[in-house]
Amino acid sequence: MSFGVIITALLALLLLGYFIGRKRSITLSKERSQKLHSLPQYYGYLIAFWSSVPALLILLFWAALESSFIISAIVTQLPMHLQQLSTDEIGLFINEIINLSNSGLIAEDEVKRQAVSRYNELTEFSTSIKSAIVFILAFVGMFVALSFVKPEMKARNLVERLIRWAMIGCASIAVLTTIGIIFSVIFESIIFFKTVNVFDFLFGTHWSPQEAIREDQIGGSGSFGALPLFVGTLLISFIALVIAVPLGLMSAIYLSEYSSPSFRSFAKPILEMLAGIPTVVYGFFAALTVAPFIRDLGESFNLSLSSESALAAGIVMGVMIIPFVSSLSDDVISAVPQSMRDGSYAMGATKSETIKQVIIPAALPGIVSGVLLAASRAIGETMIVVMAAGLSANLTFNPLEAVTTVTVQMVTLLTGDQEFDSAKTLAAFALGLGLFLTTLVLNIISLYIVRKYREQYE
Amino acid sequence: MTGNTTEIIKLKLAKRYAKEKRFKLYGISAIAVSIAFLLSLLINISVTGLPAFQQTYINIEVDIDSKLLKLDSQYSEQELFRANYSKVIKQSLKTMFPGVKGRKQKRALRQLVSKSAIYQLRDFVIDNPSVINTRQSLWFLARDDVDVFMKGGIDRSLPESDRRLKDFQLVWVDKLLAENRLEKRFNVSFFTESDSREPEQAGIKGAMIGSLLTMLVTMLLSFPIGVSAAIYLEEFAPKNNKWVDLIEININNLAAVPSIVFGLLGLAVFIGLFGVPRSVPLIGGLVLTLMTLPTIIITSRAALKAVPPSIREAALGLGASRVQTTFHHVVPAAMPGILTGTIIGMAQALGETAPLLMIGMVAFIADVPQGITDPSTVLPVQIYLWSDSPERAFTERTSAAIMVLLGFLIVMNFLAVIMRKKFEKKW
Repeated sequence: MSFGVIITALLALLLLGYFIGRKRSITLSKERSQKLHSLPQYYGYLIAFWSSVPALLILLFWAALESSFIISAIVTQLPMHLQQLSTDEIGLFINEIINLSNSGLIAEDEVKRQAVSRYNELTEFSTSIKSAIVFILAFVGMFVALSFVKPEMKARNLVERLIRWAMIGCASIAVLTTIGIIFSVIFESIIFFKTVNVFDFLFGTHWSPQEAIREDQIGGSGSFGALPLFVGTLLISFIALVIAVPLGLMSAIYLSEYSSPSFRSFAKPILEMLAGIPTVVYGFFAALTVAPFIRDLGESFNLSLSSESALAAGIVMGVMIIPFVSSLSDDVISAVPQSMRDGSYAMGATKSETIKQVIIPAALPGIVSGVLLAASRAIGETMIVVMAAGLSANLTFNPLEAVTTVTVQMVTLLTGDQEFDSAKTLAAFALGLGLFLTTLVLNIISLYIVRKYREQYE
Repeated sequence: MTGNTTEIIKLKLAKRYAKEKRFKLYGISAIAVSIAFLLSLLINISVTGLPAFQQTYINIEVDIDSKLLKLDSQYSEQELFRANYSKVIKQSLKTMFPGVKGRKQKRALRQLVSKSAIYQLRDFVIDNPSVINTRQSLWFLARDDVDVFMKGGIDRSLPESDRRLKDFQLVWVDKLLAENRLEKRFNVSFFTESDSREPEQAGIKGAMIGSLLTMLVTMLLSFPIGVSAAIYLEEFAPKNNKWVDLIEININNLAAVPSIVFGLLGLAVFIGLFGVPRSVPLIGGLVLTLMTLPTIIITSRAALKAVPPSIREAALGLGASRVQTTFHHVVPAAMPGILTGTIIGMAQALGETAPLLMIGMVAFIADVPQGITDPSTVLPVQIYLWSDSPERAFTERTSAAIMVLLGFLIVMNFLAVIMRKKFEKKW
């Protein structure tokens, strides 16, 4: 039975369970002329839950693990010389088997034919066992739950407890996601750091993972000195901040202190549109329009610019993060108590003097945290740099040259066709770990500052 | 003494006022610069993208000769399907331009029409077998170079070696133009075809369906999960509980984690551990769900918080349980805000590219995906792929695809604004 059929059947059981449960509670209360503790639909919900949800969970769990079990079962049955192949060669072999099985073609090779038939057997076996378990569980759940239905049963409380646990489960997905991220980057990074020294990775100045494509190549280990990537990332992010901080901050000051409400309600959404434009659009714009423009501009001053200069990517990224600086700054500037402004005006200060000497210092923690958030955005930004920055790792602080970034390298390392366990893909996870930790620290500092600051004026 | 101070202040006053004016000017120019950048981006994309909504067609007198097709007087359907249509088109072009000599020129002549002409002719003949051995005047897609020329993308004054169309090709094109055999029409195939290596045949249908399926998965998962999480945290979570604090810290953090990291998670956990196939809308939807959850949770919580406590107290006072109060009164009242947040989250997910690159949605896929487990690509990734293509004609298609994507985003955001304005209650 296919996955879709089982799901549909379970949904049908869910509905059926609801009506049976409801009906049963009403009949029982009439038979025993006893008042029901809860409204009849709560009994229905309860039966519906037990007759489908546990079965559904088992089904999903089974489906998630099924393929890896079947594959390992096939691999252990293979002849020895095949089992000793590397992981990716086995992976290719398994893929071939699965394709053969799906297409219904008959393999020429005896080993493959056996593997295909074994694969088919196992899949069929697994499917029948799975359907059997799921439906037994569903019906047992339904009947056991039905046998518990009594008029004095506190169905509503039970249903509410279930709802509450379901909600806790949903909320906990956030924690699970973080754990998932940490584990997925850490495990691969540990494997990576077994072959590449941590210090060589962090402080090495030579990055050329391309050499590691073929294992039998001379110097095949590649070199993974990530310092040029870190410098490139910092350089582009710095350019972005140089653009975004003054523009964002001045916009926020103008909007919150000077502008009329009507101008504000017009300009603020437009500024926020900058954050809503997909980054791939910015990347295209940077590569197609801004970079050639800057190159031509540079040429007119007799500067030789790379068409993938850090400057172009940085400027476009800076525009993208303007809203991150401006909206948070706007919030904190508005949160500065009016009494502080009034005090300053009473001393005879002009508006700009008040802003520069009273409001900005008072709002500084909030502004700093906005800048930090924007910086973390810039460091983690991918598409703009993938499309507009270079690929060659260049250790330079010159914004007119092409540099590459951590995210660019992650994309180039992982979008090719290569085996999952090669040093190249592992390096991408190590870079991901670095990226995650950096942005995490920036976010935590920024959130901490915001929280501290809020307490100050509350 | 007092008079002296006043004097000093008065002297400085003009300077201070000037400073004040300058400061205000900085503010307004910062806004102006930002808006100018936005406008130049939008205008630039529109100017490059608009031509892509038109496509050049070429009119050819086709001799549908059964000899050239290599068909006998009796033919089966399969023979008709496999007949040599390319030869027919080649021959028809030769008759239209007699005197074309040399391999290079002959090849160039064939390349006036798109490769799709062969299939178009085939379908035409199969639908109307009576046209065999007649002469038909048919319109075919022109090759991308001709199309670029028609849209003014090729400058005649350039030296021949710098042009995609050589002098002899320009002569042909001029002849076709003089005979009214070249025409620009609305580019339907841009919306009805999928990706192709040939720019003139490439369309966004596959990517749009892929995006739709991915968004469907994302929506079906992130809406219930996000809203339940928000309801729990806002209405039920005990205060000063370690687990609840941990959840809140995590949500705030995840909102600022770079999207590419979610791609790594998808690659390592969903593909590596659970064996979800690569490149399919299912995995894309799973990854985007995790990415949009924080947005949905945070906005839904704000919407729930805006429902005044009096509503809850009234319901509780009438004997409703807390779950009943929440689901019968608080959540319906907060629904407009929750839906607004969801739409904004979806818009974010629709424009997201980086994590999808990590999970293999960058493959070249010329088929329209039929379900959530078919390999597919999405609109932003299609944009990325096209922007990498060297052909000139892909540039305008990239911009056109961007316009379509921005169109969807504008509609979604507009919907969100309307919802907020129309249904949000002011308590």
